[in-house]
Amino acid sequence: MKIAIASGKGGTGKTTLATNLSAYLSEEEKVVLIDLDVEEPNSGLFIKGDLVHKEDKYKMIPLWEQDKCTLCELCQEVCNFHAVIQLTDQIMVFPELCHSCYACSELCPTSALPMVQQKMGELKHFHLGNLSFVESRLDIGQEQAVPLIAQTKKYINTHFSGEMIQLYDAPPGTSCPVIEATKDADLVILVTEPTPFGLHDLTLAVNTMKELKKEFGVIVNRHGIGNDDVLEYCLKEHIPVLSKIPNDRRIAELYSRGELVYQKFPEINKQLLKIKNYILEMKNGKAQ
Amino acid sequence: MKEIVVISGKGGTGKTSITASFAYLGGKDIVVADCDVDAADMHLLLEPDFAKSEDFYSGFIAKIDQDKCTQCGKCADVCRFDAIPVVDGQHWVESLNCEGCGYCPRVCPADAIIMEEQNVGQWYVSTTKTGSPMVHARLGIGAENSGKLVARVKKEAKNIAQQNHKNFILVDGSPGVGCPVVSSLSGANFVVLVTEPTVSGLHDLKRVHELVKKFNIRAGCIINKSDLNHRVCEEIEDFLKKENIVLISRLPYDETFTKAMTEGQTIVEYKKNGITATLKKSWKKVKQTA
Amino acid sequence: MKIALTAKGTEWDSMMDPRFGRTEFIVIYDDEKKELSHYDNRAIESMAHGAGPRTAKKLFELDPDILLTGNGPGGNAAAVLKNSQVKVFVGAGDMTVKEALEAYKSGLLKSF
Repeated sequence: MKIAIASGKGGTGKTTLATNLSAYLSEEEKVVLIDLDVEEPNSGLFIKGDLVHKEDKYKMIPLWEQDKCTLCELCQEVCNFHAVIQLTDQIMVFPELCHSCYACSELCPTSALPMVQQKMGELKHFHLGNLSFVESRLDIGQEQAVPLIAQTKKYINTHFSGEMIQLYDAPPGTSCPVIEATKDADLVILVTEPTPFGLHDLTLAVNTMKELKKEFGVIVNRHGIGNDDVLEYCLKEHIPVLSKIPNDRRIAELYSRGELVYQKFPEINKQLLKIKNYILEMKNGKAQ
Repeated sequence: MKEIVVISGKGGTGKTSITASFAYLGGKDIVVADCDVDAADMHLLLEPDFAKSEDFYSGFIAKIDQDKCTQCGKCADVCRFDAIPVVDGQHWVESLNCEGCGYCPRVCPADAIIMEEQNVGQWYVSTTKTGSPMVHARLGIGAENSGKLVARVKKEAKNIAQQNHKNFILVDGSPGVGCPVVSSLSGANFVVLVTEPTVSGLHDLKRVHELVKKFNIRAGCIINKSDLNHRVCEEIEDFLKKENIVLISRLPYDETFTKAMTEGQTIVEYKKNGITATLKKSWKKVKQTA
Repeated sequence: MKIALTAKGTEWDSMMDPRFGRTEFIVIYDDEKKELSHYDNRAIESMAHGAGPRTAKKLFELDPDILLTGNGPGGNAAAVLKNSQVKVFVGAGDMTVKEALEAYKSGLLKSF
């Protein structure tokens, strides 16, 4: 069962929830946590395990072969992303602008731009008891998260059973990387704060999930600050509120040091149990 | 006229609350530009009137004309993004998957595919509750912020600033380290980096500062929630010293951020609190240093 | 000697454009003829990404000896310019074209 943890806005506690929930669930279940926030993967700061596998991830980019090139400018003309440029007597390729569409390569009349692999990031796979943890990290300078997210999902599909609970820590926002990270999820959990910023960004995330026709629920983090507008909104829109995590400065302090919080706060344990029950009920419902 | 850009690699550091407070303090002396269009929240505090709006087009998506299409499937063969499925014997474009690369129209023998420019959102010119002009934008689902949109917002802000002889343009910058933030920084006189003393906060600060350095822009830093973790806070201050970044101020961990926001107010207009005085000093320092 | 400047207009008293990739004009000063000419770069506005390398390509074709600009080109644009002989000077973002040229001649601009 695939569960994506997302949020409209950054800094709402998405990673805190993903790491604590997966560690908590792994006390009794087999769980895999996947950090798909490949631009800023931070889950690894909280989950330490034994590294069992590591691999480089590649994207395909054109490589200029000077001796075959007739400098006809077609490659530059077909590239909608301006990733290929012809200077007077040479072709320059900008890998970070390239979307790997193959147009320049396959349309080149003299096959002077074969597609080659270029490293875009690294995937790491860790083990910690019942918990498996997979993270992918985009290399600095690489701008496109989507291909790496797609390849990481592929890795999970080939190495883990679909029966297992799979928690995906999605990137923030509502743009393409979020859509890639959530589009195959059985359930999307949106983490928000009970504040006007939280509500505004939650609305955007909810609209995105509706557009994708996803089943989703909300977790209110830092419950107790702000106001009840988020809860009222969820009630009005018939969105299930899975849990309310209380606001506590001590949680922020533990976070700042890269520590998990649930063992230290009975109240959080209780909230995680609620989420667990929701997930298991849904999972059993699916199995029937 | 000086352009001041506020950025923070990471979300949740209080960047927008701080920028909105500066906007309030700057009053009619400034033009506000919200370039954080992925999470454009500043309007919730500054109450712009959305007086003028314009559609924004960016990026292309393929569209198949079914009258011309012979269903030969060449387009689907070349598409690397699985964006052209066949449903009921007809090829069509799944727009959420289409990258807009423009390969398929080039191989279509029937000229049945056109690339359509996408309406991805709107941008607005407003007057805020302080009377200052504000340029901002709103994006549709799946639409991405781009260098183009940021440049558009900033250009409009600059025009307004010139025509009305404003001294400052205050830009709420984009997150991350990609094209939008490059565009946010491009042309700026001074950058304010907002960070927090957490492991991830420091990590993201370093990443985004790499970019600032490349552009030769002077930078200052505000450490928010500075008492959350003294060790990381010291690490940040060492980093600032080493990189010649002005430490503008340290703000304590304070729920006034949330309380003011809940009232739809900037921190500096919210009832008596412990941060307003520091924010006033910070704004003064930013203006002097810029 | 040819000196290129990123500018918002085409005259001596036009303001410089501090941006490189999205500069509105590239103004060229011919040191021998003491004349200004220009290239209109405003079409760059329609590009979502990749403005830097595009403008750099144009500059490469214009082939000046010196470039005066504001903040300096970004990574991709700098990679293109590496292939040319042009020397880049920054810090002229708040000046007029005339002031930028004078500042350069007096050695007041920083090498990028």
